[in-house]
Amino acid sequence: MSTTSPQLQQTARPPIATRRGVTLERKHARFGWVFLAPFAIVFLVFLVLPLVYAFWMSLHTNTLAAGEKFAGLANYIAAFNDQRFLSGMARVGAFALVFVPLQIGLALLFALILDEVKTRLSRFSRLLIFAPYAIPGVIGALMWGFLYSPSFGPLVSFFDFLNVQAPDLLSRDSIFWSLTNIVTWQWTGYYMVIIYASLQSIDSSIYEAARIDGASKLQTALQIKVPIIASSLVLTIVFALIGTLQFFTEPQVLAPLAGNAIDAAYTPNLYAYNLAFSYQQFNYASAISFALGLLVFLASIVFLIATRKKSGLR
Amino acid sequence: MTTSLVRLLDKSTPAAGPRKKDGNPAKGRSKSVGLHILLVAVSLYFLLPLWWLIVAGTKSTQGLFAGTGGPLWFDRNFALFDNIAQLATYNNGIYLRWLGNSFLYAIAGGVGATVLAVLAGYAFAKYRFRGRGVSFMILLASVMVPATALVIPTYVLFNNLGLTNTIWAVILPSLLSPFGVYLMRVYVQDAIPDELLDAARVDGSGEFRTFATIALPLMRPAVVTVLLLSVVGGWNNYFLPLAMISDPTLLPVTVGLNAWQVQSNSATANSLIWNLVTSGSLISVIPLIIAFLMLQKYWQGGLSVGSLK
Repeated sequence: MSTTSPQLQQTARPPIATRRGVTLERKHARFGWVFLAPFAIVFLVFLVLPLVYAFWMSLHTNTLAAGEKFAGLANYIAAFNDQRFLSGMARVGAFALVFVPLQIGLALLFALILDEVKTRLSRFSRLLIFAPYAIPGVIGALMWGFLYSPSFGPLVSFFDFLNVQAPDLLSRDSIFWSLTNIVTWQWTGYYMVIIYASLQSIDSSIYEAARIDGASKLQTALQIKVPIIASSLVLTIVFALIGTLQFFTEPQVLAPLAGNAIDAAYTPNLYAYNLAFSYQQFNYASAISFALGLLVFLASIVFLIATRKKSGLR
Repeated sequence: MTTSLVRLLDKSTPAAGPRKKDGNPAKGRSKSVGLHILLVAVSLYFLLPLWWLIVAGTKSTQGLFAGTGGPLWFDRNFALFDNIAQLATYNNGIYLRWLGNSFLYAIAGGVGATVLAVLAGYAFAKYRFRGRGVSFMILLASVMVPATALVIPTYVLFNNLGLTNTIWAVILPSLLSPFGVYLMRVYVQDAIPDELLDAARVDGSGEFRTFATIALPLMRPAVVTVLLLSVVGGWNNYFLPLAMISDPTLLPVTVGLNAWQVQSNSATANSLIWNLVTSGSLISVIPLIIAFLMLQKYWQGGLSVGSLK
């Protein structure tokens, strides 16, 4: 892409003496499409086409007897009467209510602390807190699965030491919080780095002014720093929300370890995957994928519009 | 001239190291002791699974269950090298295939996605072409489309074309990175003045040459960031290869290791390979940790590019 043929340079040469580059730029505007074209093609083929196709599939049924048949909204009606789908939806909704505030809250807290104390230790902590982001979700879930495991986890010996019955972290009652812990461990550092970097970009003369006005460190943090970095908070919240609603990897990996605590419809994405690849119900799975995708999309847009003034996304 | 500009930009991005803050060191000391203790506790929490993995990677399956040092310390029998030897030979060395596949998928998908994002971001930032506003709105909206919603329809489409169970089934969908385009656009808009490009045009430089010789060098920090993010995304990808690939020799390491976990979980005694699951996991996380350590300057600043507006 970086090589240029001499002919192109010839034809692209601008007319002489354009004033202040305005005409110049207009003249070259069509090159925008040339630069955009490769991405636009990939966008159409791997985003627009699958979405349209998913929607099309979701409006059809496919049976051995009748083949592919138009079914209207039947798949959607079935989905919204499907207890398994609805309970999965309710579960990711509950996860979102816990994950998002927990992750972003901790990320903001750590970022504010790291912005305040600048020592070798704090720089090292920053690396350690971020490190899980470099670990694949599968490996993260595997590691925590081992740590939770009653047969080779450290928790059992720890509770033995206290002479207390160790809780089964992979049981139906506790799996929600066990998953919460894994995801918090995995993602907090990533959000922290985003927030920390925007804290770093604040002009420090503001702090000087605040100090002269007698603001305490805490007041400076809450009333000056947080409002300034509101746009990166909005961004991280949207990312966390999108990630949580499509929750898949961690429950999928833990399912064999956690036995009956995680079923095939634990999250909508897991349900869609199992419907498609275990039961070959691609049309119904498409309806669920599409409904979930639409919901994630609408939830993010609603959140962005509600916080429009704060977010940089326009 | 170009190099000095690059340096200048590197400095002006938040990537460039900690900001000097003048404070009174003696005054805040007592408070910062408390904060330091908190940081140590937090660090230990984030370190715990990694430490466990380092220790567990050196154990035999026997040592994992009944090691002398407990789960968080080394066993008397240091089996790391045995494990590595077994990883290299088990099932005809399939683990090495998986690592190679992960590299291929991450690098090919990551580099491809970055090239597309660089070109498209540059287009959005520096050309007022017809339909730009609408296209950019669509792009922003697509950032909110969950990637997993695309996997099942893409699978069916690929299946019709006979592309499932090939490397293309993983690489081609990974080329899509709307967020990468957004990051590049935001960065280019601020980092490359229009006047610079116009000056090049007046000098008779063609559009492609201007891009390659003037704009691209200035985009370096954002390019490295987008590349790093896409490569990590590819390396960590799970849902897509899980759906697309059933041929064991084409799996990436994430899906392969999980298959070993499932096997060990439901296995009879002689196919228990927990030691390979742990040592394989340990080895598979090393490349990315090294990449992140080497490219600290970039990700620490660059990640925030998109939110600085």
